[in-house]
Amino acid sequence: MEVGQMQRRLVDYTKSLFMEGFLDAQFLQLQQLQDESNPDFVVEVVSLFFDDSEKLLNDLTMALDQPNVDFKKVDAHVHQLKGSSSSIGAQRVKNACIAFRSFCEEQNIDATLRCLQQVKQEYYLVKNKLETMLRLEQQIVAAGGSIPMIELGF
Amino acid sequence: MNVSSVKGSMSISSSTSTWKAGDTISDQFPAGLRVLVVDDDPTCLMILEKMLIACLYKVTKCNRAETALSKLRENKNGYDIVLSDVHMPDMDGFKLLEHIGLEMDLPVIMMSADDGKQVVMKGVTHGACDYLIKPVRIEALKNIWQHVVRKRKNEWKEFEQSGSVEEGDRQPKQSDDADYSSSANEGNWKGSKRRKDEEEETDERDDTSTLKKPRVVWSVELHQQFVAAVNQLGIDKAVPKKILELMNVPGLTRENVASHLQKYRLYLRRLSGVSQHQSNLSTIISAQDPTFGSLSSLSGLDLQTLAATGQLPAQSLARLQAAGLGRATAKSAIPITLVDQRNIFSFENPKLRFGEGQQQHMTNKQQVNLLHGIPTTMEPKQLVSLRHAAQSVGNMNMQVPPHGPQSSQNNPLLMQMGQQQQQQQSRGQILVDSTINHAPRLSSMGQPILSNGMATNVSSRSGIPENIRAPGYSQTPSMLNFPMNHASELPGNCFPLGSTPGVSNLTSKGAFQEDVNSEIKGSGGFMPSYDVFNDLNQHKPQSWELQNVGIAFDSSQHSNSLQGNLDLTQSALGQQGFSSGQMNGHNRSAAVASKAMFSTGDVKELRSAQNVNQHLNNLLVDNTIRVKSERVCDTSPANIFPDHFGQDDLMSALLKQQESVASSENEFDFDGYSMNNIPV
Repeated sequence: MEVGQMQRRLVDYTKSLFMEGFLDAQFLQLQQLQDESNPDFVVEVVSLFFDDSEKLLNDLTMALDQPNVDFKKVDAHVHQLKGSSSSIGAQRVKNACIAFRSFCEEQNIDATLRCLQQVKQEYYLVKNKLETMLRLEQQIVAAGGSIPMIELGF
Repeated sequence: MNVSSVKGSMSISSSTSTWKAGDTISDQFPAGLRVLVVDDDPTCLMILEKMLIACLYKVTKCNRAETALSKLRENKNGYDIVLSDVHMPDMDGFKLLEHIGLEMDLPVIMMSADDGKQVVMKGVTHGACDYLIKPVRIEALKNIWQHVVRKRKNEWKEFEQSGSVEEGDRQPKQSDDADYSSSANEGNWKGSKRRKDEEEETDERDDTSTLKKPRVVWSVELHQQFVAAVNQLGIDKAVPKKILELMNVPGLTRENVASHLQKYRLYLRRLSGVSQHQSNLSTIISAQDPTFGSLSSLSGLDLQTLAATGQLPAQSLARLQAAGLGRATAKSAIPITLVDQRNIFSFENPKLRFGEGQQQHMTNKQQVNLLHGIPTTMEPKQLVSLRHAAQSVGNMNMQVPPHGPQSSQNNPLLMQMGQQQQQQQSRGQILVDSTINHAPRLSSMGQPILSNGMATNVSSRSGIPENIRAPGYSQTPSMLNFPMNHASELPGNCFPLGSTPGVSNLTSKGAFQEDVNSEIKGSGGFMPSYDVFNDLNQHKPQSWELQNVGIAFDSSQHSNSLQGNLDLTQSALGQQGFSSGQMNGHNRSAAVASKAMFSTGDVKELRSAQNVNQHLNNLLVDNTIRVKSERVCDTSPANIFPDHFGQDDLMSALLKQQESVASSENEFDFDGYSMNNIPV
């Protein structure tokens, strides 16, 4: 497909991510930070986020798997995930973390397990979407095109 | 979302108007502002770095608080502002904040995804100049330069003001100011205060203002001198001018002293929150021992400082006695203790004097007191004092670098607080160690102390949850408690209890030094355990263990030298590795103290507890500790670690400590505790 078409696809796809709440304004800030001196900034940060989050999710799974769940630890992990997901603009993940934390306070094992599932789900969803989007961008650049700036009417 | 619109909007036009000629502000300001950003989250760290670069700042990033502290210490004047996350595994952001405030006096901005009022308030009380909620936007970062300018401006004012009048503390607050302003000054103080508000500078000001005010590094020695001077004058009467005269340090200006005094006062004031408790404690202590009484009044701080700095004994003793008598004035006592603590920090601490059991008691108590802000019960106080002690110990350790073995880790000067902490810790360990080793000796002394300590511990314990903030504190209380409970169980352990008190004594007396040297080993772990302890304190025996483990970590780190000596009682102690050599001075007392605490079974746990303080804290915490300690006994020292490793807090605290020799304090999760200035 030609570059123009790819670019349009990218724009539509990206917009949909914002509309559906997967990403929020913070992600736009990241995109704006990317420039010639650091052309892969978004890719790098997103990759870092993936690695870090997966580790956190593993830790969370293990922590909730204990016979005596240490809710403080769980809360600390969730707090961390909340911080990184909000910094990257992964809105739904962040919201899932907020709910998760309130159940941690109540020390409700069942609810927290459910929350963990929820967070994981949201995480994998947004990971998928971001990877798709970044792949599209790569294709455009490989084809000689430039990444169009997203104009969102926020 | 137009980030670019914000760019380039910075201008310091208004702020520059007040700058004196000497102050050079480049045209590009704030471009080139040297920012140090600390965050354990790699994603956030990367984003922040990029944003800061986009703001044209010069960025240095760290993902650990210890690294950040060491960078700051290596290059005190190399940074203009620090951005730190609140929740970090190795060290609580607030603790880092305190350290930076005391040692480097740089503006610090806290960040967190947590926007709860409590946390933000904590930032305020700890002296953060701003608090940003994550996700941090670039617009917020564009304006952080204002904090640098503001701070410099205030420093200038201070500089100018003090230059011409008898300077009192500018801070509006303390009754101390009022006291000494009336007594010490010729009445110029008030005048100077007015002057402060004036924007127009007179000729006098001009003279001083043209000089670029260099940043004074409050080294251990310098701080010790400062604290000594303050103690000598009495906290109420300590005016910068007199302090300056007493210190007799060439090149030091009254402004330097004044600003340092302000910080110290804030620190003391924070500690004074526990003064009430301390008074309770002191009463108890006094009952046991006349010396205690006086010491107790001083509040844990004194003890701690005493313990930590060895030097303290002389100074603190004097103070304690003065303070002790004035038990009624618990509050004032605290400041004194605070002062002592400060001393500790700056102390190179060769002096751990364990000699007197009484002193020990007192220190313990004080520590306890300090640690806990709990007003009514002794426990809190004890905890507080323990914490402080722990802190101070820790600090001390840190600070003693110049002194050779002990200070192996500390950076010689910059790290006052940090050093103190370390030293304190090492001291604590030493104290503990020595105490333990010298069980026979101590036991005799310790016995009475134990009771005291225990009493205090108990009370402090309750306070622990709150005090968690003080990194080392929680642990110490528990430590104290521990001995109590297990006194019977631990034949050798009992000793520790005694030692705990001894710990405090050590600081004051330094008698233990000899013992300590050999013993220093294990106490290092205190600090870390404290943190853990705090969290858990409420209830998990496990935490105790973790704490111990943490302590073990720390101690091992700190106590290179100590390690040899751990034979005290448990391998745990040995782990701490506080080499006696290190501890020589201050450490010893600390080590001994910490050891003492450990021995009771905590020792195992405490192994790593380098920080005597921590132990003390732990002891104070007692309830939880007790439980734990028992458990601990069962677990072999070697296992303690891994078992408890689970606790992140503890581990992180431990690791932190271990890693950073200079680590100043353990994480304090202490919410209630508002020790703002305690760098520990």
